[in-house]
Amino acid sequence: MEPILEINGLSLSFTQYERGTRRRSLPVIRDLSLSIAPGEVAAVVGASGSGKSLLAHSILGLLPYNSHLEGEIRFLGQPLTPQRTKKLRGREIVLVPQGVTYLDPLMKVGPQIRGGDRTEQARQRSRRALERYGLGTETENLYPFELSGGMARRVLIASAVTTDPKLVIADEPTPGLDARAAGRVLGHFREIAEGGAGVLLITHDLELALTIASRVTVFYAGETVEEARAADFTQDRLRHPYTRALWHAMPQNSFTPIPGTQPYPGAVTEGCLFAPRCPSSQPECQRAPVPYRPLRGGRVRCLHPEGGEVP
Amino acid sequence: MSLEARQVSFSYRRGKPILQTINLTLEAGEWVGLAAPSGRGKTTLCRLLAGYERPTGGEILLDGRPLPDRGVCPVQMIWQHPETALDPRLRLRDTMRETGVEDRLLHALNIEPAWLDRYPLELSGGELQRFCIARALHPQTRFLLCDEITAMLDLITQAQIWRFLQEEAGRRGLGLLVASHNGALLERLCTRIVPL
Repeated sequence: MEPILEINGLSLSFTQYERGTRRRSLPVIRDLSLSIAPGEVAAVVGASGSGKSLLAHSILGLLPYNSHLEGEIRFLGQPLTPQRTKKLRGREIVLVPQGVTYLDPLMKVGPQIRGGDRTEQARQRSRRALERYGLGTETENLYPFELSGGMARRVLIASAVTTDPKLVIADEPTPGLDARAAGRVLGHFREIAEGGAGVLLITHDLELALTIASRVTVFYAGETVEEARAADFTQDRLRHPYTRALWHAMPQNSFTPIPGTQPYPGAVTEGCLFAPRCPSSQPECQRAPVPYRPLRGGRVRCLHPEGGEVP
Repeated sequence: MSLEARQVSFSYRRGKPILQTINLTLEAGEWVGLAAPSGRGKTTLCRLLAGYERPTGGEILLDGRPLPDRGVCPVQMIWQHPETALDPRLRLRDTMRETGVEDRLLHALNIEPAWLDRYPLELSGGELQRFCIARALHPQTRFLLCDEITAMLDLITQAQIWRFLQEEAGRRGLGLLVASHNGALLERLCTRIVPL
C-alpha cells in the first residue's frame, strides 16, 4: 500500500547570527527518514530538545524564516511543496497541538471547531465531532477557560478531525492527564487510524508510545537512531544502545540510567552523537557519520548494533 | 522525626472543599507514594504540608509542633513545572546563591558549571529541575515533597534523578512524599502508597 507520508533524508538547520554579522548554521535535525502507512499509528520518541516537535512543524510548513530544510517529504506519493502544504494544512494534514494554549481564549468552542465556517453543514459536522468524543452540545457555548484539561484535549482532537484528515500529527497529546484519561485520548487516535488515516504521535513518553503505536522511531539529538516494531521492545530485539538504555531506564524494568546528558543541537562531532555515553563505543564510532541502515525489519544508525553486525 | 497532616481540610476562597479531613503521617526515612487522578488535590496537599497554604481545618505538625514561620523550613517542596519555580530574571548562579547550595550536590546532579551563568529560559526542563532539587536539599531539610517532578522528562533523566534522590535521602534519612500518576514509578520507589 502506498504510504500516506514518506520522509527521506530530511535535515533542518537554523541560521543564527553570532557576533555582529557573522552567521552560523545550527543543525537541529539530521538525515531523518520515516514513513506512515494508512491505518497505522507511528510514534516518534525523543527527549526534550531532540528536535521532535520541529519534525511536526517541518511537515506542516510552519518553520520560521531563518530555517533551511533539505531532503524530501512526500504525501500520498506526491512531494509536499510549500504551495501544496498550504492547501492541505488544516484539511488533509492536521495537527493536534500540545496544549490548551493553542485554543483561542476569546472564542467559544463551537465557532472554534468550525473554523469560522457558518453554514448549517459545518454546524452539524462540529456537533457530530463533539458527540464522538463524549462532549454534549452545551460544550459549543463554553469558552476554553471553562474546560477541564481532559475536555480541552478532546476539543483539540475534535477540531482536528472534523475535516476527515488523511494524516493526523499529535504533538505530546497527553501530558497532565492521568492514566485513564490518557488511555481514552489514545483510544481516539487508534480509532482515527482504524478509519484509514495515518497518525504520527510525537512524544517523550516511551510507555505511552508503546501502548498504541505499531512502530516507534527513536530520536536522539536531532538524529533518528532506530526504527523498531513495538514488539521488539518486549522481545529484547532492540538494535541501538540508546533505545536499550531508554527501555532499561523504565521503572517497570531495571530503572538503571546511563550517565550523561543529550548534547545540544550543533554539538560539533564527526561521528555518532551517542558515542560519548555509549557502553559499547569503539574508536571508529567517532570518526565518520554513521549511516541509517535496515536491520531485522527495522532501521538502525549504529556501526555495532546489538545482536549482530549490519550485513 | 515525623510530618503529620491531622484532620486537614482545605478549600480555596468560596470554592467547594478540595481536601476533607485528610490524615497522613510521614516518618523520617520513609518513601510514601501519593496516587490519585488529576484534580484530586495532590498538589494542594503538598502545598499545605510545605506551609505554602494554611489548612481551613485541622493542622500540619512537624514533630507535634506547627511548621516554623521563619528561617529554613525543614519541609521542602519540588514542583511539577521547574520553569515556574525559578526567578526568570536571575541567572541560576544567583538563584542558587539565595539558598546556598553545596557544590557536591551540583556535581552529583550532573549540573554543568556553564549552566550556572544562564537564565532559566535558556535551559531545558530537565536541566532546570536538577537545580530545583539541589536547592531543596538544604542541609536542614528533613522532608521532601515531590509533586510529579519527573513527568515531563525522558526515561533516562527520570531514572538518573530518582537514583540520585534514593542515595541522598538514604544517606541523610530524609522522608519523601512522592505524588505521581505513574503507578509503576510509585511501586518502584515507595515503601507504601496511599490513595487520596
